[in-house]
Amino acid sequence: MLTYLINGISLGSVYAIIALGYTMVYGIAKMLNFAHGDVIMVGGYAAYCAMAYLGWPPAAAVVFSIAVCTMLGIVIERLAYKPLREATSLAVLITAIGVSYFLQNAALLIWSSNPKIFPNIFASMPPLKIGDAQISAVTIVTICANIIIMIALTLFTGKTKMGKAMRAVSEDKGAATLMGINVNFTISMTFAIGSGLAAIAGVLLCTAYPNLVPTTGAMPGIKAFVAAVFGGIGSIPGAMIGGILLGVIEIVARALVPAVPSDIFVFAVLIIVLLIKPDGLLGRKISEKV
Amino acid sequence: MGNMLKVDGLNVFYGNIHAIKGISFEVNEGEIVTLIGANGAGKSTTLNTVGGLLKAKSGSIEFEGREISGTPAHRVVSEGMALCPEGRRVFAQLTVRENLEMGAYTRNKAEAAETIERVFEQFPRLKERSRQTAGTLSGGEQQMLAMGRALMSKPKLMMLDEPSMGLAPILVQQIFDIIEALNKEGTTILLVEQNAQMALSIADRAYVLETGKIVNTGTGKDLLNDDSVRKAYLGG
Ligand SMILES: Nc1ncnc2c1ncn2[C@@H]1O[C@H](COP(=O)(O)OP(=O)(O)O)[C@@H](O)[C@H]1O
Ligand SMILES: [Mg+2]
Repeated sequence: MLTYLINGISLGSVYAIIALGYTMVYGIAKMLNFAHGDVIMVGGYAAYCAMAYLGWPPAAAVVFSIAVCTMLGIVIERLAYKPLREATSLAVLITAIGVSYFLQNAALLIWSSNPKIFPNIFASMPPLKIGDAQISAVTIVTICANIIIMIALTLFTGKTKMGKAMRAVSEDKGAATLMGINVNFTISMTFAIGSGLAAIAGVLLCTAYPNLVPTTGAMPGIKAFVAAVFGGIGSIPGAMIGGILLGVIEIVARALVPAVPSDIFVFAVLIIVLLIKPDGLLGRKISEKV
Repeated sequence: MGNMLKVDGLNVFYGNIHAIKGISFEVNEGEIVTLIGANGAGKSTTLNTVGGLLKAKSGSIEFEGREISGTPAHRVVSEGMALCPEGRRVFAQLTVRENLEMGAYTRNKAEAAETIERVFEQFPRLKERSRQTAGTLSGGEQQMLAMGRALMSKPKLMMLDEPSMGLAPILVQQIFDIIEALNKEGTTILLVEQNAQMALSIADRAYVLETGKIVNTGTGKDLLNDDSVRKAYLGG
């Protein structure tokens, strides 16, 4: 049981890291970036290429992957979403789905549908034994990465000038502009951070589940979205808690009722949350002050 | 005493709604100038255009002799003017201190720290509540925060859009006292109000706006005694 729990927390940590990207972009740009999951996939391929074709060490490949995804996030926002800043949310949503398909098909063209086998970048680290349970290095690294990211983001949004400006933009773009905050730049930075996190999630995900294909990011992306809604979209701790709970539900359900695909439980959770508490666990009703 | 702000032939549209129809006005250094007018006359549209939030279709906006109508909105505050918008628009989930820090976004840390102390002297209430989130403040306190936040950029020209809206009479008096005090300390004021009585009584000069056009102008005192103004805005 302990193994399941820890594996669940680990998978949930990946969801949480992805959900953070969803939630930050939603909180600040007020849009659902459905292409976010596919940025994960690009992050996986970027790291794979750096290691397999360029022979780079894993650490350099991770940095490369983060750089690629950060740029990709900025470019996507600039080209696809920025022109739609005043458009209806439906138009933005459809565009995001379009970007998602674009990325998947571009990956299909470049890397084909044959799976790439992602190397175990933590091969040199021994698994941890607790009693008779064995916990792999990637599991531990994932959980630690999640905790570090959570702390870093909390400090960033709470203490830095840029982070505070992001929170101001998320509340009122017009008022933020009056303060002298460059709203477009702030949104761009949000995409950069979210996409950089997606790269980290991509590497961790591919290390744990090494079959890398162009649709690798799609399902985790959707589940991370569920996690973000579950925790309360727009809320950073919400994304974290939502992600971990979802991972645990998925792994435990898979162990307890192996006959039923565990995804059913994941989406049941989404539906139940939407019915009972539409704002999510930590979501807050944004009261419009006139 | 030169022109601080000079607006000439300003036209502003919302889609094809012509909201501001070629208005011209000016604010001289050291003055309190007020724009009065009924709901929907175009007062907020005018201030928001000067503040950069809206783009004019045509016309010029000169601040201290520089044309600013093409300046990106987030750079306008660095020119030396601050807009305290209608409805206060404080950042409800940020603390009082963080709101003030945002007001000094374009300035460095040391300058901000110095100005924040001055704002706290001006608004002791804000100091008491500096760690509270702005959303938990009362309406009057939020208005003070919105004004304090605008002051954080050390503006030469402060534009205020209906600062007395929704406040109890005693608070309204307090807000107007603060505006007069700010002006005495050297800040030029452009004030938009529906409370014409109060606004005219502290204003050096005033403009009356009606459906996007300036229909009357004069000193505050003149307009207080003007029959048509009395009828339309001062209840007889
Ligand atoms: N966002 C908007 N879209 C369309 N029309 C608007 C918008 N804001 C204001 N208006 C219109 O422009 C005119 C002037 O509005 P406003 O400047 O807010 O007036 P005031 O501040 O004097 O009450 C009104 O007729 C109003 O209906
Ligand atoms: Mg108005």
